Amino acid sequence: MRAWADVEERIARCFRDDAGRAVAALARAFGDLTLAEDAIQDAYVTALERWPRDGFPPQPSAWILTTARNRAIDRLRRERVGREKLERVARLDVAPQPPDAAPETDMTQDVDDRLGLIFACCHPALGVEARIALTLRTLAGLTTEEIADAFLTAHATMAQRLVRVKRKIRDAGIRFDVPPPERLEERLDDVCTVVYLIFNEGYTATSGDRLVRTELCAEAIRLARLLVAALPDEPELMGLLALMLFHDSRRNARAGADGRMLTLREQDRSVWDRASIGEANALLERAIAHRRTGVYQLQAAIAALHANAPAPDDVDWLGIAALYGRLAEIAPSPVVALNRAVAIAQADGPAAGLAAMNAAGVTELDGYHLYHAARADLLAQLGRRAEARAAYVTAAGLARNEREAEFLHERAASLGS
Amino acid sequence: MQYMLLIYVPESDREPTAAEMESRMAEFGAFSERIQTSKAYVDGSRLAPATSATTVRVRDGRSVITDGPFAETKEWLGGYYTVEAASLDDALKIATDCPGAKYGSIEIRPLASMG
Repeated sequence: MRAWADVEERIARCFRDDAGRAVAALARAFGDLTLAEDAIQDAYVTALERWPRDGFPPQPSAWILTTARNRAIDRLRRERVGREKLERVARLDVAPQPPDAAPETDMTQDVDDRLGLIFACCHPALGVEARIALTLRTLAGLTTEEIADAFLTAHATMAQRLVRVKRKIRDAGIRFDVPPPERLEERLDDVCTVVYLIFNEGYTATSGDRLVRTELCAEAIRLARLLVAALPDEPELMGLLALMLFHDSRRNARAGADGRMLTLREQDRSVWDRASIGEANALLERAIAHRRTGVYQLQAAIAALHANAPAPDDVDWLGIAALYGRLAEIAPSPVVALNRAVAIAQADGPAAGLAAMNAAGVTELDGYHLYHAARADLLAQLGRRAEARAAYVTAAGLARNEREAEFLHERAASLGS
Repeated sequence: MQYMLLIYVPESDREPTAAEMESRMAEFGAFSERIQTSKAYVDGSRLAPATSATTVRVRDGRSVITDGPFAETKEWLGGYYTVEAASLDDALKIATDCPGAKYGSIEIRPLASMG
């Protein structure tokens, strides 16, 4: 009886360690994620029946992969529409084989399978929400329920979204391949977008009152690490990982004892995670050496100037304003213009900042709470209390995070009535 | 896999000038030649203007015929290509090369596999 439980435990461990990789390999061969997941499930069910009786095969992961592959082929044979796919599969050399004759999976192949899966999940032909959900489900191994909860979506809706997106991948002919070199940069950008959105969702938690959804941040960082390891010559990937590590280094300093959000100036810098900052610095240095600048490297460089300043007054605001200027050149946006104005205010005083804010583009941010909050800060510094108070109240009304709104109301109140 | 590239052209506020028309025709002509001599080509055609469209629906055994395209939109179907491509990415590459993507938009739809 105990032996039986041990075997079961060993199979469960196999599943935890290998199922993701196996799904990636099969999805790539068959171009169908649902089929791959079902076949891998089937293979583990078969393993649960056979291994306790016949003993463990010499290469359990290879056994699972081959059994699953054979199951998938069986399934396709049963479906008439599967025939065309089978022809393709036949060309890919995944014909049925006896499980124990399977060769050991090779590591490069493995990395390519995982990468192919990432590129498919982040394909621009899929809706952004669907990309995020699918990436979390297939690559981060979150359950459908966890993803639904993280995005305040009903479980059934999320399940439906995942079914639909997998179907789109299959029917539209999205391949689980690493794009060819001429398309790599563009597609990598789409992957970075998804990873950074996952991170931001965890970091800023657009709604609800949980300040840091640690798991999402950790998964985004894990994915970026995997990508950097697999594609070591892509500076923007290193920039993205560095950027997230800089932000994440402040995870224990962002909220006060009462849960209120703290500004960078108010945060206790001794709580910032030096190991994360050190790793990010090294990554950023490596990225910059490639001399192919990009939005993530620039944002990471800005974060670096904050993270490496020993005290708030040591921050190189001129440097930050210049980096935002550079960012505005390659990716102009009202938010970048706003941040540049804030940096200018820090470097050259509130009047200069307010002037920059009134210039190009920033006023487009009328519905953005941080614009009003930043304006309010500058107005308050200039002694224009009534205007400042009104701007804080506007900002509080627009903030979606309860803690942020609370914080902005406090600011408004501190200016008297 | 086979994909249909449905080329939608925007309804423009003004008639293109003769020179614009000519350069556009040349671009489409060049693309047409590129695609037709490639292995991907299955078939394709320009369509007559949407003003020539007629729509028919059969309801309760009676056919109802209306003037105009299926849906009144700001963009109308101007032509199509059917291509053979190994993946969506390959079909996208062909579509991106088509001048229709520059002047309007191209919807890429896989043909449903035959049962």
